[in-house]
Amino acid sequence: MHDVFATQTTHAGAGGAAMLEIRNLEAWYGESRALRSICLDVRDGEVVTLLGRNGAGKSTTLKSIMGMMRKRAGSIKLYGEELIGCASNAIARKGIAFCPENRGIFSSLTVAENLTLPPIVRDGGMSEEEIFDLFPNLRERLNTGGTKLSGGEQQMLAIGRILRTGARLILLDEPTEGLAPAIVQQIGRVIRRLRERGLTVILVEQNFRFAETLADRHYVIENGNVVDSMTNAEVPANRDKLAAYLGV
Amino acid sequence: MILIFGVPIQALTGQLMVGLINGAFYALLSLGVAIIFGMLRIANFVHGAQYMLGAFVAWFLLNLPNIFPGLGLPTIGYWVALVLAPLVVFGVGILIEFLFIRRVYDLDHAYSLLLTIGLTMVLEGAFRLKYGSSGQPYEIPELLKGGRNLGFMFLPYYRVWVVVVSLVVCFATWFMIERTKFGAYLRAATEDPILVRAFGINVPLMLMLTYGFGVGLAGFTGVMAAPIYQVSPGMGQNLIIIVFAVVVIGGMGSILGAIISGFFLGIIEGLTKVFWPEASNTVIFVIMAIILLVRPNGLIGRVAK
Ligand SMILES: Nc1ncnc2c1ncn2[C@@H]1O[C@H](COP(=O)(O)OP(=O)(O)OP(=O)(O)O)[C@@H](O)[C@H]1O
Ligand SMILES: [Mg+2]
Repeated sequence: MHDVFATQTTHAGAGGAAMLEIRNLEAWYGESRALRSICLDVRDGEVVTLLGRNGAGKSTTLKSIMGMMRKRAGSIKLYGEELIGCASNAIARKGIAFCPENRGIFSSLTVAENLTLPPIVRDGGMSEEEIFDLFPNLRERLNTGGTKLSGGEQQMLAIGRILRTGARLILLDEPTEGLAPAIVQQIGRVIRRLRERGLTVILVEQNFRFAETLADRHYVIENGNVVDSMTNAEVPANRDKLAAYLGV
Repeated sequence: MILIFGVPIQALTGQLMVGLINGAFYALLSLGVAIIFGMLRIANFVHGAQYMLGAFVAWFLLNLPNIFPGLGLPTIGYWVALVLAPLVVFGVGILIEFLFIRRVYDLDHAYSLLLTIGLTMVLEGAFRLKYGSSGQPYEIPELLKGGRNLGFMFLPYYRVWVVVVSLVVCFATWFMIERTKFGAYLRAATEDPILVRAFGINVPLMLMLTYGFGVGLAGFTGVMAAPIYQVSPGMGQNLIIIVFAVVVIGGMGSILGAIISGFFLGIIEGLTKVFWPEASNTVIFVIMAIILLVRPNGLIGRVAK
C-alpha cells in the first residue's frame, strides 16, 4: 500500500486528484511574515509530513489550512473548493481537524468534556469505544480535569477527540514532542490505523526517524517556503541532504 | 421583647430579610456581569443601565394605553413582562454587542471600560431626559400581594418570591454553564477561542448570545425589582458599583463566586445596618479591599488570564 501511493506521487502536483492543493500560501503574524510561498499537494489517503527547523513555518502552515491565521493569502483548495476567506469554524465543518502543538486541552473541562467537545462534522468518525481501544488510559480518567492528565495522556486526548468528528483530513502538529518512546510508538500505531481507515494525515514532525516509518511523502519547509519534497522511497538516497535541511 | 446582642429580634430579622432581598438582586446582577466578564473579558459597566431598561420595559408594557393613547393597546402586566422584558433587553444586548462590543474584544480593557461607561451615560441620560430623576410606581402583582405574620416578623410574599426566583435562576444558570454541552463550549472558548472555533463552533455567534443572555438577565432582574424599588432612570447607577464589588469579591468571572458573594454580602450589609448603621454603606467596599489584599483572585477565583 505504501509503495502504491509512493509511485503515484513522485512529483507533487503531477496528475492524480489532489484532496488539498495549496498554492503560494502566505501568512502573517501582525506585520511579520511567517509564510512566504507555500505550495503543496496532498492526495486522498496519504500521510504527508512537513519537516523543517524550528521557526520554519510548519505550525503556521497547519494553522493557515485551518483558517486560524488572521492574515493569509494565496490559495488553499479542498477538493477544488477554495478555503481562503472561509472562517475557521466553516473549514472545520468541511471535514478538517487539527491537533495543536500545545495540545490545547481545556483545564476547566473534564476529560470526558474535552473528548466530546469538537462537534461531529461528518459520518464515519470513531466511536468513543474505538477511541478508548486506541488509548485505554483515557477510559479510567473521564471525570478528571483535562489538564490533570500526564503529558502523554493529554496528547492521547488531543488526538482522540478529533477522531470522533469524522474529519477526513487530520492535521497533527508534533504529536510526539517530549513523549516517552513507548507512547511515541503508540501514537505511531494510531496514525497507521488512521491510514488504514482511509483518512488523510498531515503530520508535522521534528522526529524524522519516526516520520519515516509512517509517511508516504515529505515536504521540507524553510523560512516560510517549501524547499524540497520527496517520497518516502527516496529518503534513503537523500539522507545527507535531509540532515542538512533539518540541522541534525 | 426578645433581644439578641441588645437588638430586638424583629429589627434583626427585618434587616436580615432586607439583606436577603438585596442579596438576591446582587446575585442576579453579579451573575450576569461575571458571565460576561468570564466569557468575553468585557467589564460590562452598562449592566446597571440594562437592569434599569428591564424595569422600564415592564413599566411601558403596563402603561401602553397611556403612552400610545388611541391605539387601543392593552395593558400588559407583571407576569407577561417577566418574560417579555428580558427578551427585549436580550435583543438590545445583541444589538449592542453587534454594533459596539465586538469591536473592542481584542483591545485593551480600558476601551471596553470607556465604551460601556459611555453607553451607560447615553442610556441613562436618554431616560432622564424623558422621565426626570423621579421614580415611576409599579405595583406588586395581585397574586403576591400581602404577606404572613410569623410572630417574630412580617413576611411579605413578594419578597419571598424574589429570593426563591433568584435562587432558582442562579442555580439554573450555574447548571447550564457547568454541566451542559453549551456550557462546555463556553468554558472552552474562555480558555482558547481560536481553537474552539477551529473545531467548528461559531464562537463569535456564541459570544453574542452570551452577552445577550447576561444582559437579558439584567433586564429580568429589573422587572423583579420594579415593584420593590421605583422605576427610575438612576436605579442601576448606585447598584452597579456594588455589583462590581461583589463580582471582585466572588472572583472576577467566577459564576459560583458571584452567586454566593451576592447573597452573602447582601446579608452582611443588612446585619451591619442593625449593629452599626453608619457603616452599612461602606461595609461591602471594606470587604472588597480586604479580599483584594489577601486573595486577589477573589473568594472562588477561577484565575483570570
Ligand atoms: N504567535 C506568534 N506571533 C508572532 N510570530 C510568530 C507566532 N508564532 C510563530 N511566529 C513566527 O512565525 C514563524 C514560523 O513559526 P511556526 O510556529 O510556524 O514554526 P514551526 O516550523 O512550527 O517551528 P517549531 O518547530 O519550533 O514548532 C517563526 O519565525 C515564528 O517566530
Ligand atoms: Mg511548530
